[in-house]
Amino acid sequence: MARNATAAAEAPTPKTPLFRDPRVRGIAYQVLLCAAIAFLAWAAISNAIENLARAKIASGFGFWDNTAGFDISQMLIDYSTTSTYGRAFWVGLLNTLLVAGLGIVFATVLGFAIGIARLSSNWLVSRMAGFYVETIRNLPLLLQLLFWYNAVLKALPSVRESLALPGGGFLNNRGLFLPQPVLLPGGGWALVALAAGVMAAVALRIWCKRRQMRTGKQMPTFWLTLALVLVPPLAVLALSGFPIGFNFPESGRFNIRGGIEVLPEFMALLFGLVIYTAAFIAEVVRAGVLAVAKGQTEAAYSLGFKPGPTLRLVVIPQAMRVIVPPLTSQYLNLTKNSTLAVAIGYPDLVQIFAGTVLNQTGQAVEVIAITMAVYLVISLVTSGLMNLYNRRVALVER
Amino acid sequence: MKSVIVRFVLASAVLAAAIGVVASSVASAQTLEAVKSRGVVNCGANGTLAGFGLPDAQGRWTGLDVDFCRALAAAIFNDPSKVKFVPLTAKDRFTALQSGEIDVLARNTTWTSSRDTALGLNFGAVNYFDGQGFMVRKSLKLNSALELNDAAVCVQQGTTTELNLADYFRSNKMKLKTVTFATADEAVKAYDAGRCDSYTTDASALAGERLRLAQPDDHAILTEIISKEPLAPAVRHGDDQWFDIVKWVHFAMVNAEELGITKANVDDQMKSDNPDIKRLLGTEGKFGEAFGLTNDWAYRIVKHVGNYGEVFERNVGQGSPLKIARGLNALWNKGGLQYAPPVR
Repeated sequence: MARNATAAAEAPTPKTPLFRDPRVRGIAYQVLLCAAIAFLAWAAISNAIENLARAKIASGFGFWDNTAGFDISQMLIDYSTTSTYGRAFWVGLLNTLLVAGLGIVFATVLGFAIGIARLSSNWLVSRMAGFYVETIRNLPLLLQLLFWYNAVLKALPSVRESLALPGGGFLNNRGLFLPQPVLLPGGGWALVALAAGVMAAVALRIWCKRRQMRTGKQMPTFWLTLALVLVPPLAVLALSGFPIGFNFPESGRFNIRGGIEVLPEFMALLFGLVIYTAAFIAEVVRAGVLAVAKGQTEAAYSLGFKPGPTLRLVVIPQAMRVIVPPLTSQYLNLTKNSTLAVAIGYPDLVQIFAGTVLNQTGQAVEVIAITMAVYLVISLVTSGLMNLYNRRVALVER
Repeated sequence: MKSVIVRFVLASAVLAAAIGVVASSVASAQTLEAVKSRGVVNCGANGTLAGFGLPDAQGRWTGLDVDFCRALAAAIFNDPSKVKFVPLTAKDRFTALQSGEIDVLARNTTWTSSRDTALGLNFGAVNYFDGQGFMVRKSLKLNSALELNDAAVCVQQGTTTELNLADYFRSNKMKLKTVTFATADEAVKAYDAGRCDSYTTDASALAGERLRLAQPDDHAILTEIISKEPLAPAVRHGDDQWFDIVKWVHFAMVNAEELGITKANVDDQMKSDNPDIKRLLGTEGKFGEAFGLTNDWAYRIVKHVGNYGEVFERNVGQGSPLKIARGLNALWNKGGLQYAPPVR
């Protein structure tokens, strides 16, 4: 472009025809392509609307406020059979987020442990980790979910022969039932004390770090932090006479009632997703650690670092640069894979909304569009957060 | 330059596809013509329910709904084998019909007002009058569904069953734990494994599912029927001719039973002097042509498939492992509800 400009300034060249100008032609093709895509989208949408209208199939989003009329086995917010389809949507969404969120946390922990274990110099440990990864990674997730679900149902005792857990809980093939702690009046102060303790612990950590930067002196903070977090709320509780009650599960005519109920479907889904995704995360971690040059470890050792701090302070921070991007896609996979819940009866968004609600209302286009939009948003938010984190750990080039 | 060509080709392809979408939306009505030129009826069926739709060990489809589709094919093509059965889950069946993947849905589907209106479907004649029941373990020693308060119930998703269950428990002020599965198979398996105290679905299906449990004798079906489930074949809105044919295929089978025409004697009945029989079998009048079929349409149905009573007994009645009594599905003049308008 710059060369053209100087040439034009020196001697006026004959004007190129418009259709031979590569820039104009490029823009023209872009416009044409955009128009074609817009036309395609318009044609598809108007075609769908026309066909729906001709078959007199209800369309629009009016169904959102209609009474749902079906029951859901697990809900984090109030829901009954007289609630609306819109409410059922939120119940399903929260169930999806619950299993995806917990799944991501556990899969990360397990995946890091196994990834590091596979690099262990202990032959048995590294082979066992390798066996785990190669077995789990190569079996379809759906089969694994069905396996875990059947394992949960078949291996656990029936409701009449429930295993009584210490502390008043029960375990049977209808789920895990735990006592639910309930704060009695006055118990709120314990929460306040807990919050204050956590803030004090964070402040201590920051102060220690600054001191270390300044003076080079390290201070063992673990036990002090633990004490700061635990002692104030316990002290408040002890002073006010332990104002905590428990809602204990009890056996009823058919089932166990009360307490916290963890469905076998939830356990099987969480188990399956965590174990499957951890195998992939383990490989991501291993790749990341191996990507750090061996010289870094040797340098750390020669400075007198022990193996633990070497891994924690030298290798892992550098490995994170390689780990984070593929780790993000594993998180997205886990969230999307949670839709396989439909096979084992866990009431996630797809099972409730794209399943029962779609079928009862018959509005496939709207329901599927909403469901896809939701998963898109969840995925974009997840990868947005991971990108922020990645920017922090990425190599800063100067 | 190369990329320009690629882009141009891409743009034209997109345009062509768009035009194709529009063009395909124009032709849709006239299902009968489409079926005839295709040479086969696409029938949405249940692939897992004994007595209604289930492929046997040889891969041959059997069942009451399956025989309905065979009768439809017999009326159109004079050949009951010209049916392509598309196995569908309860959840996917309406979308398959709405989108035109199938011509008729004969999959033990309950006729309800919202399905008739908002889902854009038309229901033909009821080919099985059913109602929802509960299966429980005998060891629970239950006599009534009203004793199920607090029970966990396994149910298939996307069915009227799911809604009736919630209604029944709510109206009787009972607590309920529903465990919902995408297919009946999964729901029954979970019930068998002890996940639920009860499995609920249409009473006819309970009879079939019970036989597939590990220990059928340990399970009983409670006597209560908590809902009306008129099961009928369904078609899309907007094609009255096809709707008429689907309705009258069932009526022809019921009329044949009422007039005593069977698969075995239908050839002899062609010589009958009874004017009702003559009109039905097409030896008098041109009633079949009015449907867009041939005048011997009903003869073909009975000849290849049989009358309603024969189809019933063969699939769900005494000739089958289910041994369901005719009950509501007996002819109107024998204490049942099966009643067909006359051919004239």
